[in-house]
This record gives sequence, structure tokens and C-alpha cells, in this order.
Amino acid sequence: MNFYAIRAIYLHEMDRMRRTIGQSILSPVISTSLYFIVFGSVIGSMIPELDGVSYGSFIVPGLLMLTLLTQSISNSAFGIFFPKFTGSIYEVLAAPVSSLEIIIGFVGASATKSLIVGIIILLTASFFVELKIQYPLLMLFLLILTCLTFSLFGFLIGLLSNNFEQLQVVPLIIITPLVFLGGSLYTIEMLPEFWQKVSYFNPVVYLINGMRWSFYGASDINIFISVVSLVGFLVACIVGVAIVISKGYGVKN
Amino acid sequence: MQNIVSIKKLSKIYDNNFQALNNITLDIKKNEIIALLGPNGAGKTTMISIICGIVIPSSGSVTVDNFDILKDYRRTRSLIGLVPQELSLEQFEYVFNNVSYTRGLYGKAPNPSLIEKILKDLSLWDKRNSRINELSGGMKRRVLIAKALSHEPSVLFLDEPSAGVDVELRQEMWQVIKDLRNSGVTIILTTHYIEEAEAIADRVAVINKGELLVVDNTSDLVRSMGQKTLVIELHEAIQTLPAQLESYNLTVLNNGLSISYNYDSSSKQTGITSLLQDMKETGLKLKDLKTEQSSLENIFVELVREN
Repeated sequence: MNFYAIRAIYLHEMDRMRRTIGQSILSPVISTSLYFIVFGSVIGSMIPELDGVSYGSFIVPGLLMLTLLTQSISNSAFGIFFPKFTGSIYEVLAAPVSSLEIIIGFVGASATKSLIVGIIILLTASFFVELKIQYPLLMLFLLILTCLTFSLFGFLIGLLSNNFEQLQVVPLIIITPLVFLGGSLYTIEMLPEFWQKVSYFNPVVYLINGMRWSFYGASDINIFISVVSLVGFLVACIVGVAIVISKGYGVKN
Repeated sequence: MQNIVSIKKLSKIYDNNFQALNNITLDIKKNEIIALLGPNGAGKTTMISIICGIVIPSSGSVTVDNFDILKDYRRTRSLIGLVPQELSLEQFEYVFNNVSYTRGLYGKAPNPSLIEKILKDLSLWDKRNSRINELSGGMKRRVLIAKALSHEPSVLFLDEPSAGVDVELRQEMWQVIKDLRNSGVTIILTTHYIEEAEAIADRVAVINKGELLVVDNTSDLVRSMGQKTLVIELHEAIQTLPAQLESYNLTVLNNGLSISYNYDSSSKQTGITSLLQDMKETGLKLKDLKTEQSSLENIFVELVREN
């Protein structure tokens, strides 16, 4: 294992976060704070409790997931796409580094960045709403698993993208709607029966409900189903990245 | 001399069916400077990209220091440094950090004193804390060289090192390349500046349309393939060539004050003695004589045209 290479890629990517601190940290924190102010404090005060918690507290896991998913995807997609765009990917390809080491470096850095943002958002949320975490270890496990899984997914998007538009399509057109329609701001039970059934085909529903269960011990979906679906998606991402990398698609000719 | 890179029957066909390399076989000797010459699209960059691991070959094999580039890629790549043709750098990074990053990629522990030495050797030390987008084109190219040297490679590939570089910097770069060779590094450079190959390369390999046309020592190639020209200056101008000299295919120059004669210097009979004899018999008086060797550029153009 080329540990120095993993370390080099990891620190190089973390350095990019330091250079773009406004985009990497401040932007998600400000936008999430606005959600808490509008939905949590203003509108939330007019909505009755859901699953025994105030509306402001209820939306914390969903908003946390929204940020983790979008940040993880965009961090790693941009991380691998940018060197492709500038051409500096040549030195990663020409170095004595295995595909696994490249993935660990890029995905590890992306997941770390998302984890940092997630923790900052939790701290920010505590200023606006009452925050209780019933199963903190499970919450941390889900937090890390989500960051890793969606960083891998983002890495796959970055590998396959040939331009900036393609890079933005999946996060903007697929992930954001899935998160908003995945029960981040409401419970599935609040939907008409038909849309409840449709919602069960939305994979993000399982992620958000898993996270919500770790906070409040209650959710629309069984926690085991949530964890299994997240692990299943992680495996799918690993297989996808392995196939793409082994064929050299997107980076090698 | 021991071979450091051995290329055997190497071919590359891209997805669009373009054949970039066709059955190339070439041995590169340890500690030599070899120039790969060829027009644009000849296959030079594809060849070095395959050796460095950036492009996957269609068939054939390559070994570096007797290790296969595919099976033992960690060993071969750690021996190789690559300076790409394009200025492919992340513009917002700092010079020192970026060079150190490359060393890490090659599995080497951080060594700030070595990076300092490399940057000083390449006159970049003053710019160590500058962002790459603040550097001139020549400096960026030197940053690429610094990055390629950061892990102390024994084989260095330079893809068009002097493209877009001014004359002064080009001379400096040639000196850097010679110094590297003197320190034990094998240099493989691609170029379409013939004078660059003539100035620094021990051997040249001419590639065109994916095929290797010739490989030889630079001086031997010029001697064996080049024609020489004998220019004879006359005391008095002539209007037409005497009939006795017509068989020599002479060219009248300088308003009849000079004539030139092309001959093959490697041939046993150059024809010079008989020409001078015949000239004496025709009564022409000689003022001066000089010979000119055709350049590598002439040979290159001729080879590519024939191919």
C-alpha cells in the first residue's frame, strides 16, 4: 500500500477545502441556518409536534442529510473532475498508485469535509432548535457511512462527467428533489396514500428516516431496513467505481 | 551499454480506430539522451504516455529496468519522471506545496531539503510561495520539471520541453537536461525542433504515422544519411558549364562565380578527384573550396517525405 500517496492526495484535497473555505464551509452552513430560521423557528412555531418532537427539531435530521448528500457528492465529484479538467490528472495516473489508493485519498478527503460540515450544521442547529440525540453512536455511524457512500457516488459522477454541466446534473436534478421528497421536512404519513407508496421507491426516504431514528427513536421506516439500504447503496457505489476505474473510463485511454 | 527501457512490438489503436503506434520496437540505453523526432500526430506522445501508464497499449510490451510496465507498474512508475507537453498544473496552488505533493504521490517521504535543492537548481526558489497562476510560461514549465524530479527518477520523459519557450530559456533548459544526464538520469525527449535534438541528443529516433523510421546516433545518422556539398569558388564567372562537366550534375551559383557538387561522403568514390581533374582540363581556375554537411533537419524532412 502506497500510504504516502494516499496521504498526499488526502492532504491535497483537504488543502483545496482550506483555500475555498467560503464555498466549502460557510455556504452550506448559511443555507442550512436559513432553513432553520424559516422552517424551524418561523413556520415551525405554527406546526404541531411530529412524532413527539417540535417541527424545528423534527427537520434537523432531514436537513443534515440534505447537506451531507449534496456536499459529499459535489466534494468528491469536483475533486476528481478538476484535475481531469486542468489535465493535472496525468500525475496521479503516472504515479505508482493503485486505483484503491486513489479512491481512498479522494473519497476519504471528501467524506472528511462533509463530516466537518455535518458537525458544524449540528452545532448551528443547536442555536435555533432544541437538539436531542437519543442514539449518538448510531447517529455518528450513519453520518460517517452516508459521507463515505455519497462521496463514492460523487467520485463516480466526477469520473464519468466530461463537462461542468454533467457534473451538476445529478446533484441538482436528481439528489435535491429526492431529498426534498424524501421526508426531510415532513413524515411520509402526512402524504396521501398513493404518494406514500411512491415515496417508498425513493432511496433517500430510508436514509433520512434512519438518521431521524438515531435522533428521536421514531421514524417511518424500520432502522434495520434503513441501515441495510445504506450499506447496499455503498456496495453498489464500490462496484460501480471499481468497474469504471478498471476499464479506465473517463481518465485513461 | 545496458538498456533501461525496452519497447517490443508496441501498438496502439484508439477507440476511434486511429492507429497511433504500429509495431514499435526500441531499446533505450541507460544514461543516454534520446530524442524522439516526428511531426505532429506521429505517435511520440502516445508512446511515452504508454510507458508512463497514462495510456493503455493495444499490444506489445514495455519494460523499464527489466520490470513490465503493466505487471510491475509500481516499480516502473517509481523509476520514471514525466514532464508533459501541456502546462497541466492546478493554477491556485503554491509552487513548493505542489512539487512536494508529486513526491508524495510517488510514495516518497516528505523531503523539504531535496525540494529546496531542486527548486534552487531550476531557479524557482524565489517563487516557492507563489501561486502557479502568478508564474510565467517558462517558470510553469520549470515547475513541471521540478515535479518530475521530486521523487528522484532514473528515467525522465520530457514531452516537447521547449514548446513555447524563448531562445534563452531553451538554452538554459538544455543545460538542465545535460546536467541531469551527467547526474545519471536517462532522458527521453520528444521534440519537433530538430536543432534541439542535434544540440543535446546522443541518439535520435524518427517516428512518423506511428512507425519507427530510423534510430541512430545523432552524428552517425547525419554522416550516413546526409549528403555533402562541395562548393567551388571560381576566379572568373562562367556563363554556362563546360560540356565535359555536365555528367556531374553541378549547380551554378552566385552569378556564375561558384558551382556546387553534391556527393555521398560514405561512398568509396565521391567523384571529387575526377571533378577537380576535369575542371583543370577545361581551364577553370579555382579560387576557393568548401564543403557543407546537410543537417539533421534535411534528413528528417527527407525521411518523413519518403514515409
